[in-house]
Amino acid sequence: MLSLRQREQRQAWVLLAPMLLVMLLLTAWPLLRTIWLSFTDAALIGSSGTAPGWIGVENYLYALTDEDFRTSLWRTLYFTVVSVAVEGIIGVLVALLLNQQFAGRSLLRVLVILPWALPTIVNAMMWRLNFNPDYGSVNALLTQTGLIDHYRSWLGSPDSALNAVMFADVWKNYPLVTLLVLAALQSIPEDLYEAARLDGASAWRRFRAITFPAIAGALSVALVLRTIDAFKIFDIIYVMTRGGPVDSTKTLSFYVYQESFSYLRAGSGAAYAILMTLLCAVLITLYMLLLWRQRRRGSAHEN
Amino acid sequence: MKIKLRTVAKYAAALLVAVSVLAPMGWLFLMSVSATADLTRVPLEWMPRQWDFSRYGRLLSLTPGEPGTLFLHALGNSLLVASGATAICLLLAIPAAFSFSRYRGRDGWLFASLAIYMVPPVAFVLPLYFLLQQLDLLNTRPGLMMVYCSLILPFLTWMLKNQFDTLPHDIEQAARLDGLRVWQVLLRITLPLAKPVLGAAALFGWLLAWDEFFYALLFTSNIAAQTLPVTIAGFTAGRATDDGLIAAVGILASAPPLLIAIWLQKTLVSGLASGGSKG
Repeated sequence: MLSLRQREQRQAWVLLAPMLLVMLLLTAWPLLRTIWLSFTDAALIGSSGTAPGWIGVENYLYALTDEDFRTSLWRTLYFTVVSVAVEGIIGVLVALLLNQQFAGRSLLRVLVILPWALPTIVNAMMWRLNFNPDYGSVNALLTQTGLIDHYRSWLGSPDSALNAVMFADVWKNYPLVTLLVLAALQSIPEDLYEAARLDGASAWRRFRAITFPAIAGALSVALVLRTIDAFKIFDIIYVMTRGGPVDSTKTLSFYVYQESFSYLRAGSGAAYAILMTLLCAVLITLYMLLLWRQRRRGSAHEN
Repeated sequence: MKIKLRTVAKYAAALLVAVSVLAPMGWLFLMSVSATADLTRVPLEWMPRQWDFSRYGRLLSLTPGEPGTLFLHALGNSLLVASGATAICLLLAIPAAFSFSRYRGRDGWLFASLAIYMVPPVAFVLPLYFLLQQLDLLNTRPGLMMVYCSLILPFLTWMLKNQFDTLPHDIEQAARLDGLRVWQVLLRITLPLAKPVLGAAALFGWLLAWDEFFYALLFTSNIAAQTLPVTIAGFTAGRATDDGLIAAVGILASAPPLLIAIWLQKTLVSGLASGGSKG
């Protein structure tokens, strides 16, 4: 005869089991298997792997001395830091604007959602067309307004390709920051500002003392989420530049993809993937801590 | 005077944001209805000399040789895979979320599943590829559905758990005392109360699947299972010189998620915060 407590425990696990099993099969197990692959010289021949041989940490040693890998790591960090910083700044500014009173505000709030909802691949394709060197709208607009004097090959030159891709990424993703920050802004009671005004606090002081502390939590969640996503960037690169020209847009995900599926070196591709995952794990841990803290404070926040 | 200046600045900024959002998307639409000759003219005239909707007709026709054969297959695959994966995930996520919400002490598992969902897909892709190969599911819609469960499940569970947490427990406890079983309580009491968010969460998951590209690119090889993003990438990289056609495909592929997002406005934020971002 089971005690009530044991019965409860059993019920809890029964309800949970299907979801956990599916997650273990589709994520935990593949991850362990990738770790194992990373210590082998497995190859993808045609469509089936050959029997891989164990080579220990050789893949990792190779990765650490691989110039190309280091370069794409720095490139990925540049992409991540700069685009997330810009998304953060624009995102907060637009959220502050949308929190003001003006005619057409609710329409603008809907408009800002659109880039976020646009499928990633459509966004990449759209900007690829816009940046077209011969008849793209970016060239047309900039020459017709006199900002540049001749058509440029934005995605075709190593100096500008990565920045053009980042532009497309920022355009699509700053709304995520805006939406999360705006939600936090709307929870600030108006009388706080009234009181601050009566005390003669300047606009900057009001922002620092009231607005910023209120949005800090939402902003950090948004920025960490964006950082994790930017670090993994692949889709937009694949469509806009395929890692080119001259590897100038080859980010980590793209590098790993090529290693595994173009050069068919599954073993070393796996090692790169694991190194990338370790770097990502730092960010993911940070995000989990944020969520954990938010939930602990959640009950206090909801009133 | 100072007030006036502020107002002008406010409207100028609002206009700037509106134009920056609408211009690229508007141009995509204009491209899809302009003749190719108008699109390649230098200097560009922006407005088409003649509105031409024929590309949409060609994309929606199954006549052999028309791009519609590719597009409509991909559309069907996308719809089926996204809807199928979402349905399976709802069945799994509802009891899981209920368990996390009503029986304390297993939150570690919830956080772990959310954490692993954020790991780069390149870390799973090779073993998943071999797994699908062994099950004979490469280049099939069920294979893709299965893989997509790993994307949708964690945050669907998370969103539903947060929703269940806000519902009152006492009705459920009374029902239990009246002799209802756990699953009866879940079906008859908890779910009806959670209905509004249930739909929103499901649509969210659906959007994630609709948007996914990496797995779809690697696990499909032809129209049997290729989804829209893969087809669009193929069109873009191909020798198809008709940019207007590519633009039209983009417009059609964007319509469902844009409409859903506008419709979901209110619940969007809670979904976003639970990690339902689309990289």
